[in-house]
Amino acid sequence: MFTWLHKLGSPPLLYRVAGRSTPWFKWTAFLLLALGLVGGLILAPPDYQQGDGFRIIYVHVPSAILSLAVFVLMAVAGAIGLIWRLRMAHAVAVAAAPLGAAFTFITLITGSLWGKPMWGTYWAWGPRLTSELVLLFLYFGYIAVINAFPNQRSGDRAGAIFAIIAAVDIPIIHYSVYWWTSLHQGASLSFTNSSISPAMLWPLLVMIVAFTLYFCWLLSIRLRTEILRRERRASWVRTLTITGAKNAKLA
Amino acid sequence: MRSWHEFITMGGYARYVWSAYGVVLIVLVASAWSSCNGLRRILFRVRNYPVGGGEQ
Amino acid sequence: MFIELLRRELLIAWRRPGESGVPVIFFLVTVMLFPLGLSRSPELLRPMAPGIIWVVAFLAGMLGMQGLFRADYEDGTLEQLLLTPRPLTLVVLAKASGHWLVTGLPVVVGAGLVAGMLYVPSSGIVVMMLGLLLGTPILTLLATLVAALTLTLRQAAVLAPVLILPLAVPVLIFGAHSASSSTPGEINTQAFSALGAMLILAVSLLPPAAALALRISHEN
Repeated sequence: MFTWLHKLGSPPLLYRVAGRSTPWFKWTAFLLLALGLVGGLILAPPDYQQGDGFRIIYVHVPSAILSLAVFVLMAVAGAIGLIWRLRMAHAVAVAAAPLGAAFTFITLITGSLWGKPMWGTYWAWGPRLTSELVLLFLYFGYIAVINAFPNQRSGDRAGAIFAIIAAVDIPIIHYSVYWWTSLHQGASLSFTNSSISPAMLWPLLVMIVAFTLYFCWLLSIRLRTEILRRERRASWVRTLTITGAKNAKLA
Repeated sequence: MRSWHEFITMGGYARYVWSAYGVVLIVLVASAWSSCNGLRRILFRVRNYPVGGGEQ
Repeated sequence: MFIELLRRELLIAWRRPGESGVPVIFFLVTVMLFPLGLSRSPELLRPMAPGIIWVVAFLAGMLGMQGLFRADYEDGTLEQLLLTPRPLTLVVLAKASGHWLVTGLPVVVGAGLVAGMLYVPSSGIVVMMLGLLLGTPILTLLATLVAALTLTLRQAAVLAPVLILPLAVPVLIFGAHSASSSTPGEINTQAFSALGAMLILAVSLLPPAAALALRISHEN
């Protein structure tokens, strides 16, 4: 585990691995997105309660899962970066943050567009939407911290501390918001239908994988950007630009 | 399999379903564009200013 | 050693009453604005009082936090503290405790005062102050971490609240509703145990994180 991490901690190798995997992520993501969209928008039958309105689930739930998973990834990468002093782990966290914020934004917008026909209002202070909103502010906070430091290394490490503390806080936020909504009996809609039919379920699973791969695709691109930005003075970057100009093309 | 009309109107939920998918499309395309653009720009800088990667 | 550090903090605060008294005055003035801006009817103010008081206590907490490490950073004391062999976590904990005693405790006492002016019955005031006693130290500890993170930054004053407030959401929720959901004779034990659990978590996690943040800021 450690040697594997240590190897990936070398910027040229990580750059190469990210570059190699980019097209794979890209094409499987697009393929599965197409499959999931066909399954979700055309093949799946309308829900017996929500009609066709439930089809928002196929974009809402995958982005909600990713909005949380990306923050956990940032916190784990930050911890690895702090403990083993792996600079590349910080690069992963920094590259992932704007993507996580984008998924959180998607979750909020699709959630409120779902809420309008179901609850009659775009914003209902439901437990999920409220904690997603706090999560969005946490992403903004993280991005603000890493950009506030003039020194890259300090910004990385400060951001890692914030991400770890925030990641510990997220379940508490979640629990507190649930407690708060149960207190006032606010509008809440349970999206988890235990008897969801297979025709409805498989497109959801496909979309979750597709969104994850889409994230991996953009992460690999942003990670290479981060690596080049950090390592622009390194000699391997210069040899890369001379010898590998063709290999370094965009995927 | 559903009819073309049913697909477009989404059983009366067209406004919400299509605007949700529209927002997703816009955000996903925008983040892909900005990610690719960032890489393109850093590669340009690194290639054209080999020493130091083009400090401002 | 902890006591010695704490005594130093309190002594410094005592000698600068103008600086350490600001948060509580801000708290009192801002709470006063709510009846003026909303209504003077007891029916409206009473149910809103815990929410108003907690939110304003939050904002008052933001106000004093920049001073936590600033003076020590500027006069070089912080560097001394970083170099001494004593555990930095303990130093941070002492500073946070001192800060809470100087800025947090007066706000809790002031809250008892203004709650009466917002028509909260006396039994409710006691419950609310208890909640504040558990909640404001968590806020001070979060402020300590963020103050340590933003110590050397130019934009610290703007950045710090943006970092603390989302982190402090659970404290606000359990805090404000520990008072509003308790009835005379029956307090909401769920909220109080949540506040207590968060306080324990905050005391054990945040001082080491803040100590690390101080080292990072110092290297910056």
